[in-house]
Amino acid sequence: MTDALKSSETSPVSGAPAPVLKAPEGGDASEARSLASDAWRELRRRPLFWISLGIIALFVLMAVVPQLFTRLDPTAASLSRGSDPPEFTWDGAWFGYDLQGYDIYARTIYGARASILVGVFATILTSLIGVVIGTISAYYGGWLDSLMMRVTDIFFAIPFLLGGILFMTTFANDENSGYFLIVGKVVLVLAILGWPSIARLMRGSVLQVKPNEYVQAARALGASPWRVIRSHILPNAMAPVLIVSMINLGAYISAEASLSFLGIGLTPPAISWGVAISDSLTYIETAPHMLIFPSIFLSLTVLGFIMLGDVVRDAFDPKTR
Amino acid sequence: MGTYILRRLLLMVPVIIGATFLIYAMVFAMPGDPLAGRCGERPCPPAFAAKFREQHHLNDPLPVQYAKYMGQLAQGDLGETFQGVKVSEELSKRYPITIRLAVIAILVELVIGVFAGVLAGIRKGKFVDNLVLVSTLIVIAIPTFVIGVLARKIFGLDLGWFRPTVSPAAPWSELILPGIVLGAISLAYVARLTRTNLVENLRADYVRTAVAKGLGRPRTIGVHTLRNSLIPVVTFVGADFGGLLGGAIITERIFNIRGVGGYIFQSIHSRDGVAVVGAVTVLVIVFLIMNLIVDLLYGVLDPRISHD
Repeated sequence: MTDALKSSETSPVSGAPAPVLKAPEGGDASEARSLASDAWRELRRRPLFWISLGIIALFVLMAVVPQLFTRLDPTAASLSRGSDPPEFTWDGAWFGYDLQGYDIYARTIYGARASILVGVFATILTSLIGVVIGTISAYYGGWLDSLMMRVTDIFFAIPFLLGGILFMTTFANDENSGYFLIVGKVVLVLAILGWPSIARLMRGSVLQVKPNEYVQAARALGASPWRVIRSHILPNAMAPVLIVSMINLGAYISAEASLSFLGIGLTPPAISWGVAISDSLTYIETAPHMLIFPSIFLSLTVLGFIMLGDVVRDAFDPKTR
Repeated sequence: MGTYILRRLLLMVPVIIGATFLIYAMVFAMPGDPLAGRCGERPCPPAFAAKFREQHHLNDPLPVQYAKYMGQLAQGDLGETFQGVKVSEELSKRYPITIRLAVIAILVELVIGVFAGVLAGIRKGKFVDNLVLVSTLIVIAIPTFVIGVLARKIFGLDLGWFRPTVSPAAPWSELILPGIVLGAISLAYVARLTRTNLVENLRADYVRTAVAKGLGRPRTIGVHTLRNSLIPVVTFVGADFGGLLGGAIITERIFNIRGVGGYIFQSIHSRDGVAVVGAVTVLVIVFLIMNLIVDLLYGVLDPRISHD
């Protein structure tokens, strides 16, 4: 049972065992390198690392200052040019127009903001809940552990998309919902359904760190539980969660788009790639450009985060070198 | 072994109760009146409305409603929808379709995923390895609905290899393309998992022993290494089966398949709480049982793990 649990807690992408961040320090400082600095040296040599960082930087910039990329207004529609195909002149619409006559390039650029916001905040929230629950559960053990793990099981057993649909229908948006409320709801639903996997991962990782001598020593010296957790356990148990969170960030962006695709994630006035893709489906035969461009942007963003997480995990795992 | 299974089955009970309660509470809180539009343009006569509410326990507070529902469920009765159709009847029509879809997805995952993973693993660092790594990353990055829409357009509409929409009976042959779409992302995960574990295990001592005593390459990899490397893959695929049933909602929508996902989606829209809770409960139970089966399979694949 415990063995089974432990291996199912490894990250889904490669199943590599949880890496431990810091090697025991000591000895000659110039000779002994910590695993972190080792990993950094390894990372710097990987082209994939720089490519993914570049992609992420580009989309984050797009989310923060979309005006840098386009001077067009994404909310300016003109029905007369509805679903016009791309025209490749110097100042033409390279991505074409959608059904309402919005410029697809401008819409796609402005769509980055919602996706990045959802991804980043959903990741922060799931990691926060997961780390707190996982750490407390593993550190205190006993009935508290059993109780918390049962609650985790309950949330884990609810199918992701169906739970999301139900939540978003129950707390539906209306015309007056502001931008941050709309985005906040999607973040909340992803966090509610996403934290169990982080909590399990964190619990497993804390259970590995807890029996170490330095933790025992700190407890023997009378350190408070909070201090033991903060300065001895967390720094040594966080690495797997950080890496999985990075991969999850991409997955959350993809999940947001899926919810929006089903018509219940983000709604106007938020501009979203998922909504754009969903809207384009009916016209896929006559105006495929409406589908292609948001899809490419969405996939590239997800790819950036997943690739980064993947490369970082490989760098921290000595076995894959 | 027997006690282990019993213990696990008992542990499932609180999870099922908790999960169904969460779903039930959310359905309970859904805005909208189930009586709206029942009697055409005018509001329902009070007598009918009162009888309807009484029949569906709509007057009770949430815990009482839930308790009554669970009491029914414990007797194997999934209840009736507001239209008076038995939920179990509708589900027994729709579950086989979704399960067929998920089985195709799992087969695709296992056959192609493991094959690609092995191919990459035994040629680590070579061209094939990089090809598999990059292409799986790309598949993971493209959301299922984009893959589905594109596949339907290219293979269904443009090339005409598959039917773009699935007929109500949904025979196996029509579900092949949707099945591949549904399994695509997991396929990429399976390939990567197989590769990583194979690469790790190929360095193990017992593999060196197998090579040293003169076993051929197929036997060394196929029997000695692959069997151990497949354990995490089995976990993943088992847990994935439940996820696929739920995730099928998108594929079912794109290919117009009348499965469970579509049923839940439609029931949520028509505010039919009993149908939603019933369908999701079955999903949760299938998910938990699959996880149990996976844990039991562990002992078979790796005799070092025992459940006693």
